[in-house]
Amino acid sequence: MPTYNLKINGKLQSVEADSDTPLLWVLRDQVNLVGTKYGCGIAQCGACTVHVNGNAVRSCSLLVSSLQGMEITTIEGLSENGNHPVQEAWKEIDVPQCGYCQAGQIMTASAFLNNNPNPTKSEIRTAMQGNICRCATYNNIEKAVEVAANKLS
Amino acid sequence: METTKKINFSRRSFLQTSALASGGMLIGFNLFTACKEDIKPPIDLSLLDYNDFNAFIKISDEGKVTIFSPNPEIGQGVKTSMPMLIAEELDVAWDDVNVVQGALDTKNYTRQVAGGSQSLRQGWEPLRQTGATARQMLVNAAAAKWGISPSECKTKNGIIINSNGDKLGYGEVVKEAALLEVPENVTLKDPKDFTIIGQGKSNVDIDEIITGKPLFGLDYKVDGMLYASVLRPPAFGQKLVSFDDTNARNVNGVTDVIKFGDKIAVLATSTWSAMKGKKVLKAEWNQESKAESTAFHDEQLLSILNGNKFDTRRKDGDVKKAFSEADTILERTYEAPFLPHNCMEPMNFFANVTTNKIELVGPIQTPAGTAASVAKMLGRDESEVTLEMTRMGGGFGRRLYGDFAMEAAEVSHLAKKPVKVVFSREDDMADGIYRPASKYKIAASIKDGKLTGYHLKEAAINGNMYGLIPNFFPAGAIENYQVDTANYQSNITTGAWRAPYTNFLASAEQSFFDELAETMQVDRIQLHKDLLQNVKGTTDEQIQYSPERLEGVIDLVVEKSNWGKTPEGVYQGFAVYYCHNTHVAEVADIQMENGYPVIKKVTCAVDCGIVVNPLGAKNQVVGGIIDGIGHMLYGELNFEDGVPQSNNFNTYQLIRIHQTPQVDVHFVKNDIAPTGLGEPALPPVGAAVANAIYAATGQRLLKQPYMKYYQPKAIIG
Repeated sequence: MPTYNLKINGKLQSVEADSDTPLLWVLRDQVNLVGTKYGCGIAQCGACTVHVNGNAVRSCSLLVSSLQGMEITTIEGLSENGNHPVQEAWKEIDVPQCGYCQAGQIMTASAFLNNNPNPTKSEIRTAMQGNICRCATYNNIEKAVEVAANKLS
Repeated sequence: METTKKINFSRRSFLQTSALASGGMLIGFNLFTACKEDIKPPIDLSLLDYNDFNAFIKISDEGKVTIFSPNPEIGQGVKTSMPMLIAEELDVAWDDVNVVQGALDTKNYTRQVAGGSQSLRQGWEPLRQTGATARQMLVNAAAAKWGISPSECKTKNGIIINSNGDKLGYGEVVKEAALLEVPENVTLKDPKDFTIIGQGKSNVDIDEIITGKPLFGLDYKVDGMLYASVLRPPAFGQKLVSFDDTNARNVNGVTDVIKFGDKIAVLATSTWSAMKGKKVLKAEWNQESKAESTAFHDEQLLSILNGNKFDTRRKDGDVKKAFSEADTILERTYEAPFLPHNCMEPMNFFANVTTNKIELVGPIQTPAGTAASVAKMLGRDESEVTLEMTRMGGGFGRRLYGDFAMEAAEVSHLAKKPVKVVFSREDDMADGIYRPASKYKIAASIKDGKLTGYHLKEAAINGNMYGLIPNFFPAGAIENYQVDTANYQSNITTGAWRAPYTNFLASAEQSFFDELAETMQVDRIQLHKDLLQNVKGTTDEQIQYSPERLEGVIDLVVEKSNWGKTPEGVYQGFAVYYCHNTHVAEVADIQMENGYPVIKKVTCAVDCGIVVNPLGAKNQVVGGIIDGIGHMLYGELNFEDGVPQSNNFNTYQLIRIHQTPQVDVHFVKNDIAPTGLGEPALPPVGAAVANAIYAATGQRLLKQPYMKYYQPKAIIG
């Protein structure tokens, strides 16, 4: 199996994997970063969202072989102490119910706000529509993104 | 006014204490059963054993409180709200309370705490009694130290104060308190003195969730564990004939391929390898029982409804006579499809079956039953089984069934290795235990402008409405009333889905009432209120709901939704329902945009008694309503030749944020013991939406998913 050198949360990680292995499973099964979740495997639900070079991407559909030299950030590396403004907003609004999809929601929201720190409600709804929450915490997500935007601006 | 039923237990028997070797006091307690007399909580925290007690409370020398509870969290917030009840009566500051889920070495987990909408209702009295008893022991210890009567002491935020103004922290008296007799009688707080109950408290696991810590079953791993991906029959009613695993075994990382029953497990060192191996397995299947389709189910259920073979579940008066004498009869048939649960965390379970023990770890709502089933399947003694519950990435009823845990145990037993079975999303959706399809035929008779008869018939796949449901509204309100049920036995697996049966029954009945009011030319709110008058003071003990409380939520929702006073272009629909011991009324506001109904807002009034955690309670209600809207608008799982026609989110639509209305929740304020909230907000919303769409378009929606009336199914990707 080939070896890939990945930069994950600022650290260089060397992993052996088949070239068609999605980043998601490298993170979860090999690097032990299980905060990134498996939901559908076909980039439809957003539970596996991570940042690659600052963009929100679906790690279930991104091959490990395509990522050398790129900056990969997972929920574990979003902030030092869980204090990214989006994480703080999630806490303030008490967004989660079961909590399973929330890492993906937070990763989508944080990349989005990085590009658009003062979004309208409708921009928030459009930006977050790729992330499914089966508990339907959408009202809270919408509110928390607004709160995070206020913290950032 | 209804009061809490007294739970019959001696305080002496449900709680035991010990002094911890490391300092502090440990209280072990049981919620629904007595503690064994000769059993004491351990003096070492590493020895917590949930076989003898439901849960433990530790009060440290510093007065900090830790609640150790094996009670799992599926997202309904009981891991936060149940400890709030203890902390309230213990009279400590919530910030000094820490909640820890049961330790990893949980032994023979047999005392499970009820899940779903019943947890708070059943725990309300005993959890407060537990907190109050512990508080009284601390007070008694302080009083003895001061040489005064306990009645001269008060408590506040973990501090005991006597009439001289002397103070002792709980931590300063734990050593003495642990050795005292458990008091027989304790007084519970007056609800007006609550300082924690009724305050919004955040999810206790919030920090772990937002930083991606391992919490869920899918996150659990041990050294040497193999991942298993299981190939199951592609159609219901099929059995395995033969298989060829040559290609699967050639996949990097695949270590073994094991047949068990009609299934084949591919074992590998990573999830991805196991999934890849499964994809290249070749198998032949034989159809042993009927390959059913949705069209076939529709025919069967309609023919049941049009026939005369029913079980009569409730009968008041004589509906036949009422219908024969009627001026007008309204009759409608309502239809709903199968639904998968689609928990965001796909089904998974860990098992390590060895010659001397069976370890099970994962997300499950029925640990005791599952542990027993695994022991039975493997011919082992139940005492050899340990089961640890992880946090669950959603439940909605699916995790009541231990099929995935049984698979993990069987594969681990055969492989002689620790194994985690992981469902792919496709497995999760296509190998499910579904909300069964059902149809209702409802007829009402009207004579001289009055509703004289009501006859509801249910035809469903594999089973029928639970025993109490025929006694929900409008039972007792109509002189001639009858509920009949019948079912078709299918080979498709079905089970509980959030608010079983009522999740569609409420849509059917409350859509019918909207049309009934129109037919009778009466106001739809007034029709309900008039009917409720007939139930007040009823002596019929079968009647489940309170007419006063239903009236209360109707009045509240009418007020808060600006019922009938909306601007032009906004159309409203109303529904009211009782289930899971909770009374709910909802109004949906919709607008038509480009010919499609868009739900803008839902106003909801809930009477669940005392609201323990308003933050969590609101989350449950809002989530239930949006979940309900999503499934009623978009959800359906169809079958062709026994094969589910959707198996992932590209062909199955779940509601997304941009399709979501704002939900405005109002709780009726009263001092009645709390009831469930995980389910009851969901059932009425289907009818509220359908009735609003009727108001806007004149189209009655009889068949779910409702969006089929408006467009070919749109998938957002």
